[in-house]
Parts: sequence; C-alpha cells; structure tokens
Amino acid sequence: MQARYLPYVLIAPVSVFLGLFFLYPFYLVAQTAFYDGAGWSLKNFQEVTSYWKFPISFKNTLWLAAVVVPIQLALALLMATMVNAMKKGRDLVLYIWTIPLGISDLAAGIIWLAIFEQSGFLNSMMHGLGFIDRPTALISYQNPALIFVAIALAEIWRATAIMLVILVAGIGLIPKEYYEAAQVFGAGRWKQFVRITLPLLRPSLSTALVLRVILAFEVFAVVQALGGTLFPVLMSETYAYQFELLNGGAAASVALIILGISIASTIVILRVLRVPKGATI
Amino acid sequence: MITCVFLRVVITELWEGLMKLKVKLTGAVSAIALSLTAVVAQADVLFWSTQAKPVEEAQAMRDQVLAGANMAIDYQPNDGGPWLTRLNAELQAGSGSIGVLGALHGDFSAMDDADLVDLGSMGVASASATFNELAKLGTGDMQYIPWMQASYIMAASKEALPYLPEGADIDALTYDQLIAWAGNIKAATGEAKFGFPAGPKGLKHRFFQGYLYPSYTNGVVRTFASDEAVTAWEKMRELWAVTNPASTNFSFLQEQLLNGDAWIAFDHTSRLAGAFNERPDDFVAFPAPAGPTGRGFMPVIAGVAIPRTAPDMEASKAVVAHMLKPETQLATLRATNFFPVVDVELPGDLPPAVQAAGGAVAKMSGSADANPGLLPAGLGAKGGDFNRVFVDSFERIVLAGQDIRTVLDDQKGKLAAIMNETGAPCWAPDAPSEGACPVE
Repeated sequence: MQARYLPYVLIAPVSVFLGLFFLYPFYLVAQTAFYDGAGWSLKNFQEVTSYWKFPISFKNTLWLAAVVVPIQLALALLMATMVNAMKKGRDLVLYIWTIPLGISDLAAGIIWLAIFEQSGFLNSMMHGLGFIDRPTALISYQNPALIFVAIALAEIWRATAIMLVILVAGIGLIPKEYYEAAQVFGAGRWKQFVRITLPLLRPSLSTALVLRVILAFEVFAVVQALGGTLFPVLMSETYAYQFELLNGGAAASVALIILGISIASTIVILRVLRVPKGATI
Repeated sequence: MITCVFLRVVITELWEGLMKLKVKLTGAVSAIALSLTAVVAQADVLFWSTQAKPVEEAQAMRDQVLAGANMAIDYQPNDGGPWLTRLNAELQAGSGSIGVLGALHGDFSAMDDADLVDLGSMGVASASATFNELAKLGTGDMQYIPWMQASYIMAASKEALPYLPEGADIDALTYDQLIAWAGNIKAATGEAKFGFPAGPKGLKHRFFQGYLYPSYTNGVVRTFASDEAVTAWEKMRELWAVTNPASTNFSFLQEQLLNGDAWIAFDHTSRLAGAFNERPDDFVAFPAPAGPTGRGFMPVIAGVAIPRTAPDMEASKAVVAHMLKPETQLATLRATNFFPVVDVELPGDLPPAVQAAGGAVAKMSGSADANPGLLPAGLGAKGGDFNRVFVDSFERIVLAGQDIRTVLDDQKGKLAAIMNETGAPCWAPDAPSEGACPVE
C-alpha cells in the first residue's frame, strides 16, 4: 500500500464509528427537534424555553460549571505538579487519586447522599461528637445553598481526576532543559510554574478544560441523587421530557441547547488557549 | 466527547435502528439454523414488564409465579422509559421478540390502540367490571387484561401512636387530625416526622389526583382551580409544615419508616411492604384521611397485554391465561404485594405486608365516607404532562411558596390544553362530561 493512503486507512474505522454513532444520531436528533408533526418549526424550542423551570435549570447548569470547573482546574494543576515532583510512589498516588474516575456518577451521587442525608455519616458524626443535639435534614428545599455545595463537592471529588490525568501527561512532555535554564537565571518555583509550566501546558489545558466543561454541562446523575427535583439542570429536563412526558421533540431541543452551550464554550476555550502558529514545545 | 451529550436522547433512535438490524440478523441467523438442522427449539416467551422490578420480586416472579405455567417464560422487568423504547422499536420494525407485556394502566393508555391485540375473545377477565371497562382504554376492545391491583395507604410507626390527637380514630382520620397528629410529634420530639413521597421517583402526583383533590373538591379536573382547591392546597401547606423537609428525597417510604426519618407515611402499598415484612410488629397500616367531600382514594391497576408483533400468539395467550388463574394470582400477591383481580379466597399465612395493606385497603373502601376515584383515563401519551400539572403546582405552591390562586389559574390553562388535545372525558369522582372534561 502506498504510504500516502496509510493515514486515511488508519482513520477510517474511527470515521465510520463517528459517522454511525455521532453524525447519524445528530441528524436524527436535529430532525426531531425542528419537526413538530406538520413541518419544520421552532415550536419545540418555544415549548421548552417557555416552561417555568427552564430559566432555573439553565442558570443552575451554568452556575455549577462556573464554580466547579475552576476549582477542579486549580486542584488538578496542584495535584499534577505534586505528582510530577515525586520521586517514589508516584504511580501509587496517581492510582489512588484516580479511583473516583472508576466509579459511576450515580454511585458517586449516592455515596455523597449517604454522607449528607438525615441519618447519614456527617449527621451521625456531628451528633456523636456532640456538636448538634439531633440529626437534622441538611439536604432539603430550605437549604438550596447546601444542595449546591453538596453537588459541587461530589462533582469535584468525582471528576477532578480526569483533568489530573491529562495534565500529568502534559507536564511530563515539557522538556527539563527549560527548568534548568530558568534555575540558572535564578527563577523560583512559582516563577517557573507561571512562566514555563503553564504556557507549555496550553494544549493539555485546553483538552482538559474542553472535556471537563462539556461534562459539566451534561451533569445529571449526581444532581439527581443529591438534589432530586430541587436542583433542576438542563440534562434532567431532557430526561424528564424523554422518559416522563414521552416528548422526544422537546427532549431533542433541550439536548441541542446543551450542544449549543458546549460548542460555544469549546470555541472560547480553544481561542483563549490557542498555541500561536509555529510555536512548539 | 460531544457524542455524550446526545447519547442519552438518541438512544431511542439508535435502538430502533439497531432493532431493525437485529430483526434482520435474527431472521438471517434463524434461516441458517433452519437449513442446518430440521429441529427448531421452542423459543422462550419474553414477558416484558414494568412491574416487579426489584431483584427479589423479579426472581419470585420467575420461581413462584411463572414456573407454574409449565412453559419457558423469560421474565424481564425494566423501567418505564426503556420498556417503551424497546416496545416501540419492535412495533416500528414490524416484528419483535416480546411475547407478553406487563405494565400499569397508565403505561398502556400511552400506547396506540392498534398496537395491542384484542384480548376480548380469550374469555378471561377480572372480577371488577370497572377494571374491565378501564382495560378497554376507551376503545371497544379489551386492550389489556387486568392482572393485579394495589392502592395507596398510610402507615405509621408504633412510636407515633401515643401522639394521636384526642378522640381521633386511626382508622377514620381526617386531614385536620393527621396534621394535628404530625404537629404533636413535631412539638414533642422537635422533628417533623410525616413522610411524603416527594422525591424524583416518588408518587406524589397520585396523592394530589386520587386523595387530596377528591377529598376536598370531589373532583380532579373540573375542580382543579376551584375555591375548594385553594382550601385543599392550604391544607397541603399545613401538612407540609409538619412534614420531614427531606421528603423531597423520599421515593420509597419503607426506607424512611425503617430508619426512623418518618413515623407516619403515605405511599403505594408495595412501596411500604418492606417495612412491614422486615419488622411487622413495629408498624401499623391504616386508611388515607378524609376531607370535607369524603375519603378520596385511588386504585393502582396493572395489566397484561400482547403486542401485535408477538412472535408466537398462542404461547403469549397461554401466558396471559396463566396469569389470571386464581393460584397464579395468589403467587403473584406473595411475590409482588399486588392483590388479585379475580375472586379468590386469601389464605391466612400471607406475608405481614400483605395482611396489613389488605386490612387498610378494606377499611378504606368500606368506610362510610369512601370517595373512590379512578385512574386518569383517555389521556394517551399526555399522562406524563397531566401528572406534571399537579407536580408543578406542588413545587410552586408548597416548595416555592407562590400564591395559590395565581398558580392554579396559570396551571389551569395547561390542564385545559391537555384535556382538549386528548378529548378525554371526565372520570370519577368528576361528574361525567360529553366530550373533553372541562376545567371549570
């Protein structure tokens, strides 16, 4: 086989897979969303956006992403730098830190529910230590802020590792020479991190952020387990339309709205963190 | 990555595509098999159900209920969503492997009536004429055969009994007495111990449709925004004030009864069964409370049906007939805590949950002020939207504290739109209507 055909042959399976499981379903979803039984229209979109819970779930989804992702980014950077500086036991620590990644998000939500619920671990512990007289319901409609905090904590615990893995790989790619040169010129640890690690980590950072932000917009199972119907997000609206109301058109249009936000944020992240032309590590 | 966004929604589409492919492949494979051997094994009848989902119940269905049929039956329970997705895929493909359907009345009413085989000629039916009429789903044909029934009742921990208000009879409570009772407990223990199934999977909408509204307004649809309905929601607010605020996470009240987060609870009989079976001496079951227009309550009906794509119609009918036999009905009662729909004498050695629930339901339906309601009928695929009207009213009035009159007038429009679109006539306790049930 001629060498110039080889790349195309190699990407063929992935292309077929994406075509079959992404492009074709995407086409069907778009068709479902813009079709109202008689012809093309925006009726489904009007229906979902005029529902009284839509602004609430839209706001909740964005807020959750805006709070969770920066914290995860900072944590993942910190953890990645720590792991990288370790001489011994690096793999062991990395394995332990990535354990939450192997737990399904619903299971993660249930684990945190077991901590926060009325007869949960947190209440029993505080009661046992004498801080409170009796267990109280922490996650309730009266404490919307606490529901938010619980969901954010569970998300941070569960999904920081995915950024960590990408960043650890990215940091490993940065040549040691830069750090050695910086040391010669007397740069401290913090200066090295800001001037060398961060700029050279841009490609990994953008991958990690794009992946994490998109997943944040799709947050569902953790919210469902901890907040139930008290904390509506866009994905739970999609689920309710599809499976409770059996309204595929409305579900598809919420899914397209989520896609729209995901694409918009991906473009922003890619532009902000783009590597200038011609620059290489 | 972006694929993930869609996967959840497109699963329907994909599944349909795959099922078509699978049907073709199955056809091809069986053709090959046929050409290889002359002997074809009789395939299992696939019993595709939304009921008896918990592992123990599903296993009991297989070992105790279906084993008696002397034929190979593959019992597969699933959630409502995936259940309907696969069924629709098979119906669209025009051929399938599902032999028998087991589901709630509401699941069947969301289906196209041309997709279910008319079972009227089978000669089996439930003992209740009302149930048999409901099973026609507004058509002239028997769309499903009533299979088993349940209801919603109240349960309380015995720790709660000393706090019953003066002069209150637990078997004939009113809503005011229930509120006072839960209030006494809150005053004495400092904790609100009434448990209400307001969680994501909780059946709160049935409380409003079958209990609160009939008890206060003697209707559900006609009286949705009436002045009596305003009173009903005011009572709901009073009740909520003495309800465990964590109720918005409660979906199966047996859990909260067992762990003590709730001392008094309202729920589906099979969602309370775990508490009675685990600690039978610690709990009591009793009828739902009564309001100014009687003691509203509502049955739950599950049915068995056959989709038009069933591979072996005779075998499917044999399974349906088996489910209606008195001894199968008793085995089903033990397996699922759902009661028989045929006339059969209940033996004395039934599980504690069945005895407790049976007693409470009997007292409820036999009470002088009983005001039985029916399940929503004729709503078709709009059943979910109908429930949402009530759940949204609850979330806005009770949780968000919005003005009752404003919310009801707003939700009224949505309810009227659903009724007009489906043309569903009124059902009890609403007075009968000609054409779509009006929201007055």
